[in-house]
Amino acid sequence: MSEAYPIIEHKYDVVVVGAGGAGLRATMGMAAAGLKTAAVTKVFPTRSHTVAAQGGISASLGNMGEDNWQWHMFDTVKGSDWLGDQDAIEYMCREAPAAVLELEQFGMPFSRTEEGKIYQRAFGGMTTQFGDGPAAQRTCAAADRTGHAMLHTLYSQSLKHDTQFFIEYFALDLIMDKDGSCKGVLCLSLEDGSLHLFRAHMVVLATGGFGRAYFSCTSAHTCTGDGGGMVLRAGLPLQDMEFTQFHPTGIYGAGCLITEGVRGEGGFLVNGEGERFMERYAPHAKDLASRDVVSRSMTLEIREGRGVGPRKDHIYLHLDHLDPAMIDERLPGISESARIFAGVDVHKEPIPVLPTVHYNMGGIPTNYHAEVVDLKDGNPDAIVPGLMAVGEAACVSVHGANRLGSNSLIDLVVFGRAAALRAKDIIKPGQAHAPLPKDACDAALGRLDGFRHANGSLSTATIRDNMQRVMQEDCAVFRTSKSLAEGVEKINKVWEQMPEIKTTDRSLIWNSDLVETLELDNLIRQAVVSMTAAENRKESRGAHAHEDFPDRDDENWMKHTLTYHSDEGGVKIDYRPVHDYTLTDEIAYIKPKARVY
Amino acid sequence: MVELTLPKNSRVGTGKTHTKPDGAKNLKTFNVYRWSPDDDKNPAIDTYYVDLDTCGPMILDGLIKIKNEIDPTLTFRRSCREGICGSCAMNINGTNTLACTTGMDEFNGDINIYPLPHQPVVKDLVPDLTNFYAQYASIQPWLQAETPSPSKERLQSKEDREKLDGLYECILCACCSTSCPSYWWNSDRFLGPAILLQAYRWIIDSRDEHTGERLDNLEDPFRLYRCHTIMNCANTCPKGLNPAKAIAEIKKMMVERR
Repeated sequence: MSEAYPIIEHKYDVVVVGAGGAGLRATMGMAAAGLKTAAVTKVFPTRSHTVAAQGGISASLGNMGEDNWQWHMFDTVKGSDWLGDQDAIEYMCREAPAAVLELEQFGMPFSRTEEGKIYQRAFGGMTTQFGDGPAAQRTCAAADRTGHAMLHTLYSQSLKHDTQFFIEYFALDLIMDKDGSCKGVLCLSLEDGSLHLFRAHMVVLATGGFGRAYFSCTSAHTCTGDGGGMVLRAGLPLQDMEFTQFHPTGIYGAGCLITEGVRGEGGFLVNGEGERFMERYAPHAKDLASRDVVSRSMTLEIREGRGVGPRKDHIYLHLDHLDPAMIDERLPGISESARIFAGVDVHKEPIPVLPTVHYNMGGIPTNYHAEVVDLKDGNPDAIVPGLMAVGEAACVSVHGANRLGSNSLIDLVVFGRAAALRAKDIIKPGQAHAPLPKDACDAALGRLDGFRHANGSLSTATIRDNMQRVMQEDCAVFRTSKSLAEGVEKINKVWEQMPEIKTTDRSLIWNSDLVETLELDNLIRQAVVSMTAAENRKESRGAHAHEDFPDRDDENWMKHTLTYHSDEGGVKIDYRPVHDYTLTDEIAYIKPKARVY
Repeated sequence: MVELTLPKNSRVGTGKTHTKPDGAKNLKTFNVYRWSPDDDKNPAIDTYYVDLDTCGPMILDGLIKIKNEIDPTLTFRRSCREGICGSCAMNINGTNTLACTTGMDEFNGDINIYPLPHQPVVKDLVPDLTNFYAQYASIQPWLQAETPSPSKERLQSKEDREKLDGLYECILCACCSTSCPSYWWNSDRFLGPAILLQAYRWIIDSRDEHTGERLDNLEDPFRLYRCHTIMNCANTCPKGLNPAKAIAEIKKMMVERR
């Protein structure tokens, strides 16, 4: 196999896969720590999906009113429906202000207050006084293009640090040692079809979520969870994969994101009867309840015949009552999106919206140093040597069963930085790499070659469409025992179609037919474990709303789901306990209580 | 000597015409530039028929439908599909723009798609933007200041922050630069509109203290002054930005500091 596909070997201290917010922040930190670092990415860094984040990045700077990290932590724990690990949540909320100030120092063009400080807006689930006070203004914003401003800032910083980028290189598989440690990653250069083995003492997966497992999502076409796919093939687990966030306001039809910041700035949702229905579901927080709550409320309104439009199948988001000058200053990006994708002038008309798949709370299990962990010999926190994960690809878990808006961008930079700090502690720059067995890359090459010459009866697009429709229908905002049992059966049928796949492009140069097929192979595995984990969890918690088990069941289900997947044996499920302790004595464990907004 | 005809191996021929889908009543014709480095063939225009009744409204939807259902070998970049990542920049009916934010209903007749002009082609609609990215790095697009950082954020008034509007939104799609005749001629030495707009974004940032050095770096007959205010950049920018104005502002600053 390795004769047909000659491999170019590179030796680094660290290789980071993915160059979105988390990958770039990790890369920068590693390079600054004197580690020889390569960043491998399938798209040019500023094309990564971080660029599409809109509303902002959370940090208790207190620029717009009293705030502190303890309140931010409480909100995040409550938002997670107590599935988040509180040591990691404490770490994130404590580090958040410094991480945002660092971005500002890098030159990020934040919007400003009258005093010239970073502008902060209200966001869903963000409160003061441990949930008892009014909404917090905690979400730091650059108009409604915060992700774009942040990603471009981080990319420019990585230019300053002279990082070595391998752009438009697609990661195929992790190269694992027999002892279970990671030794590197095999990649395909799209430009010329050459194969590259990146040897590294630490591989950092910053590969993002797998939103494209669904038919309609706010995620980019490239959000195919490539890190998650590689991890499953390496025999490692993914965690909490049943928790998929539906963003309340995707544009009806197109699925493009309309930021929660619209509601943060005073926008509200209205049903077919002209009613501000969120007042009924969340009397205190109303339209700024957390996303799972708002998405469920919208779905119920539509289900009960109170949707808008000729088919009563969506909801209106109003901002036409707001000051036009304020909209132009703080929400120019979504005004443009609404015009292009819904034909709506937001100064005059409401935007038609629908809950749309947006974020994966689940992912590669890690500790708060970003080190990948696995359940091994009864130890739920056993570290997988040589492997880290950050960003949406990872499950630290700070978001638990439901992420709060603007907590994703802060997750990226806090844990990207944490990964670099840890790597600096455990890796001595320039250490030698032990030789690998001759056949170390054979399985990965076999997979590549198989898909490249695949000549079955079903196109990649056909199988992908089958998968997306099953996920959309049976792994939705509301789930039932029946829909999930059918969903498991149907998604496994789609998985069984994979050997029948057919590719058409046989070239090795920019073969996007092949890349889409490799991406589908990553997606379908995650779709299978996601559906199976959802079927398995017999309670309702955060984004997992099970109609036959409508209550949270802390006694039986206050635990993380681990899912393993193998080509032959299907899915294996296990569990890790939720960390019921904090990082320091400065805050006590926040005990579970009923979650009302 | 200016070459007025294309070299032999660059002349675009007629390619394959794919069959029309059965029973479709609302067809749109896509004529798409194809070239692969795998053989010695010249580039060619392939023709596809897309059934608009079963297709999304944007040009990118049409291209994806072609790739999914007619010809999986058709190669193009795409990612966010909402006009913020800048991947799907291409030349559509003579204008450089983003396929994802351009509606098919903006055109009456056929839709003719070529890669961004005057860049080396990797394959089909995928241009090689290496030079463009290197030029971006050359302007050192990061905040430079000697004043020690305050313990909190650097303050910036709303008025000073407003000066970045119309600049920081650039998505580096390269539509403007590759629409500029001066850039076609001198892209080895002229920075082009996108990169000059980015340069001005840092020059005008009240937090940056290297204005002088940044201007020095541009004070050159080619890097800056190949802009002849043709204005194609401002006409073509899919984000509605005006690189020509940013360039004019830089030129004004050059005069003022003499």
